[in-house]
Amino acid sequence: MVTHTNKNSLLQDAPPTRAENTDEKTVSMPIGVPGYTLRDEQREVPITEPPVWPINKDLKYVGKPYERLDGHAKVTGRARYTADVQLPGMLYAAFVNATLPHAKVVSVDTSAAERYPGVKGVHVIQHMLGGAVLRDPSLEQANYPVVRYAGQPIAAVAATTPYAAEDAAALVKVRYQPMEFVVDLDKARAANAPLVFPGPADQAGTAGGGGGPHNVPQTGNVHGPSIRKVGDVEQGFRSAEIVVEGHYTTQVQTHSALETHGVVADWKPDMLTVWASTQGTASVREELAGFFNIPMSQVRVITEFMGGGFGAKFGAGNAGVVAAALSKKTGAPVRLMLDRKEEHLSVGNRPSSDQMLRIGANNDGTISAIHLVSYGTAGCGTGAGCSGPATNLYKYAAIRTEDNDVFTNAGPGSAMRAPGHPPGDFALEQTIDELAVKLNQDPIAFRDVIDEHPVRKVERQIVRESDLWKSRNPMAGADRGPVKRGVGLAQSVWYRFVSMDSSAEVRIHKDGSLEVLSAVQDIGSGIRTVMAQILAEQFGVPPEQIAVRIGDTNYPVGPDSGGSVTTLSLTPAVRDAAWQASQKFLAEIGPAFGADAADLELVDGQVRSKSGKMQPVSFKRAAAKMKTEQIAVQSKRIPDYDRSKYLTYGGVDVAEVKVDTELGRVHVTRVLSVHDCGRPMNPSQVISQINGGIIQGISYTLFENRLLDPNYGLMVNPNLEQYKITGSRETPDIQVQLVEAYIGQSSTDASGIGEAAGIVSIGAAIGNAVYNALGVRIRQTPMTPAVVLAALNRPAQGGDLI
Amino acid sequence: MSDPTKPNDPLLREHGRKGITRRGFLKGAGLTAAGTALLEGVQAFNSEAATSTNSEVTELGPGPVPVRLHVNGKEHAVSIEPRTTLAEALRIHLGMTGTKIICDRGACSGCTVWLDKVPVNSCMMLAVDAIGHEVTTIEGLSTESEPHPLQAAFVKHDAMQCGFCTPGMVMSCAALLEKNPHPSEHDVRHAIAGNLCRCGTYPRVFSATLEAAGNMRRA
Ligand code: FES
Ligand code: FES
Repeated sequence: MVTHTNKNSLLQDAPPTRAENTDEKTVSMPIGVPGYTLRDEQREVPITEPPVWPINKDLKYVGKPYERLDGHAKVTGRARYTADVQLPGMLYAAFVNATLPHAKVVSVDTSAAERYPGVKGVHVIQHMLGGAVLRDPSLEQANYPVVRYAGQPIAAVAATTPYAAEDAAALVKVRYQPMEFVVDLDKARAANAPLVFPGPADQAGTAGGGGGPHNVPQTGNVHGPSIRKVGDVEQGFRSAEIVVEGHYTTQVQTHSALETHGVVADWKPDMLTVWASTQGTASVREELAGFFNIPMSQVRVITEFMGGGFGAKFGAGNAGVVAAALSKKTGAPVRLMLDRKEEHLSVGNRPSSDQMLRIGANNDGTISAIHLVSYGTAGCGTGAGCSGPATNLYKYAAIRTEDNDVFTNAGPGSAMRAPGHPPGDFALEQTIDELAVKLNQDPIAFRDVIDEHPVRKVERQIVRESDLWKSRNPMAGADRGPVKRGVGLAQSVWYRFVSMDSSAEVRIHKDGSLEVLSAVQDIGSGIRTVMAQILAEQFGVPPEQIAVRIGDTNYPVGPDSGGSVTTLSLTPAVRDAAWQASQKFLAEIGPAFGADAADLELVDGQVRSKSGKMQPVSFKRAAAKMKTEQIAVQSKRIPDYDRSKYLTYGGVDVAEVKVDTELGRVHVTRVLSVHDCGRPMNPSQVISQINGGIIQGISYTLFENRLLDPNYGLMVNPNLEQYKITGSRETPDIQVQLVEAYIGQSSTDASGIGEAAGIVSIGAAIGNAVYNALGVRIRQTPMTPAVVLAALNRPAQGGDLI
Repeated sequence: MSDPTKPNDPLLREHGRKGITRRGFLKGAGLTAAGTALLEGVQAFNSEAATSTNSEVTELGPGPVPVRLHVNGKEHAVSIEPRTTLAEALRIHLGMTGTKIICDRGACSGCTVWLDKVPVNSCMMLAVDAIGHEVTTIEGLSTESEPHPLQAAFVKHDAMQCGFCTPGMVMSCAALLEKNPHPSEHDVRHAIAGNLCRCGTYPRVFSATLEAAGNMRRA
């Protein structure tokens, strides 16, 4: 049995420190926010580092809203996703899934399926991937993996057409020995609840985070608590002049990427080639090589394009290993893409939360104590902890957090965009708002006291001066009519994780063409374009002339795209390779022009002499003087320059809502989103991601809900019409204000944005806006009409609207 | 199994290339969408593809049958099971994978194509029901050398992230512009009300479409 554990260290441990003997130089770097706090600061950096870039306005290609390199391929339908791969002789596979939420599988009869015309192979799963694993596997004796949720894959069929595969899958006869089950969080933590696992069980994290702590107690279905504490919380509450407490609940959300999980696997004796819809080509390779016990050098993973992941697409997963096994068995390439229902059920979700949050403060606005007790269910997995915001957003004298996972008979959770943070922030930032009200303080002024982050301070200032914030009526519930307007804000936090598995190769060809290669995958955030921008900046040629080759493990290893690591981890490696290659290039062609390499520079697509000794020549003409066909340099990420500073970043989101107090409907009408991500490499792409975070966060706060029937344990809305996600008509007018925040950490000084963007704090901003509109606080998501009407003590008309 | 290009195929012989009308086809085939499901239920799999029992009625399926689809200005002969949706016929049988299947049940519009210029969800329609109609897919919206002005605007406004919803978005917005050269943002929101985007690019779809409309009016 293989579990995917490789990159979890990324999110917990500090990267290795730099070699002591590396020669260093002192450089002066821009630090701070232009227009607010910009200054120069000294950094010790390796002597081999490229020169320090000035701020974006003084660069030509980096920091500019350059059009996506693959935009044309995407708008014309030419972009080839895993779902689009067609190989000669390719078979289509379909899963057979469990129809019960908890059972032992007694037998699996595949004979009828095997006889079905067109069927070439059937595979019965022996090792289940995903979800928690018993610490003591001997507690469970079974011939097949125990079914712990309805929809768990049991077998798969490969056939010549998708229809034949589906028809045959329906002919596989599974005999079950049903077991008692529980899908409800409260029932699952009751004393004599049916047990999802017969003993303690743990889930490993992935490159995107998720998973849960391992060394915690387990009582019944409750895995935890995982306790963190700083200072004396009891003392903190005793000394507090004011204490606010609230009970917050959030639902399970599914990732619902539009391209489902899936692969096309082509097993050949000397090479397993897999096209995968993944956030980590490296993670897929690692899991396949480990599972089949074959060398990593004989597994190739390709991801040209992928249709969204949001944290759920790491490793090969059941689809990956089953497709590879079927390909091995049949000798033909096998395509196995999940259908929409399977996507909802079996490949991850954002766990629910049930939080009791208590904060004590003093009249001067300082926080004396925070106490958070949370329970949440990640189904038959773990990872519901949500104490990140409470721990990392504000300064406090004491804190105690107790995170608990509660096992239920539902699909395993997995990392989802800023794991734990949207639910944690929903509770924290509403409680902070409540404190501000009780202390009779302005929400921004209050945060100015408790928040030490220098960049968020600037961001709050921008919010304070915005029209949207100025239009806020500080009196809650002041509107008279049935539709009430409110404005609220909330802050987000995320962390600077660096993946050291970030390498790139830059090639200069003798005809002057340029190429950059990395196994990294572009999950929609635009790393492909950013890589070209970096080479453009170095060589002075437009980005569209750079060949970017990514999404293939044949290239130098790239980071898995989880936890907002991609841009901040990979870009320094790309820049370093480009810089080193350019230096080699100048040294090689210098003599042909009678010039010394040290006197040459590359500017605007020309080789120029700094001293003016030589007439400028075009890069292309200079390249013709190269002594060999190609100059190639591969570079890898070095650790951040100063690991004691700027470890977190975030933003401030403001929401305007209109709440219909008769229908109970919350309509988000305007959003102002002020965010930082170090040096924005491509502001247009960053804004796209922030828009996306806001829209996904609105979806979470108002609409989405994975509903399980407690009597049958089945999901009642495993589709996209009853599992409602934000559409065009619910999308507010979003204004994004990007804050350039230089932190002097690498040769590109980029940070991430995927997690911090909107999704963390928009829910709390909506909650605070709803309070501002109604004077009533809603502590539950999704804020459906029924929930809003209940909060207003108005029973829903015509039955339950949830 | 019938060869779709064989001239003595009963269906083609009866109607000829130009002569296939939807009504004519359905009459000849004795088959409708509902009928397909029925046949599937009562017949053994893999029956002879097209069985001509008498001159009045031709039964099709459930095995593959030859059909001609008119896609992007060209006629394509394919052999498909009658239960094949238009989306699958395009993707699997014609290799036109620009059209995406996302929910496969009419809830996301990722599979939007035009049927005689009207946007439809190709996952909700049988390929045989497209016979006699002009199908336009994302591949047919522009030529290699010249993108549709809307596609250019999508790129300029970064109206995409992962891009998986993008072909459907483009087809919905392009259909709007065909019908309404002066759309408001409200019109655009309405035109893509059924198009889901999990990456959340709607605001930029609005701005791209409005700019494309302006450019097309000026052109
Ligand atoms: S795939 Fe056709 S509407 Fe979703
Ligand atoms: S761009 Fe990813 S779903 Fe729309």
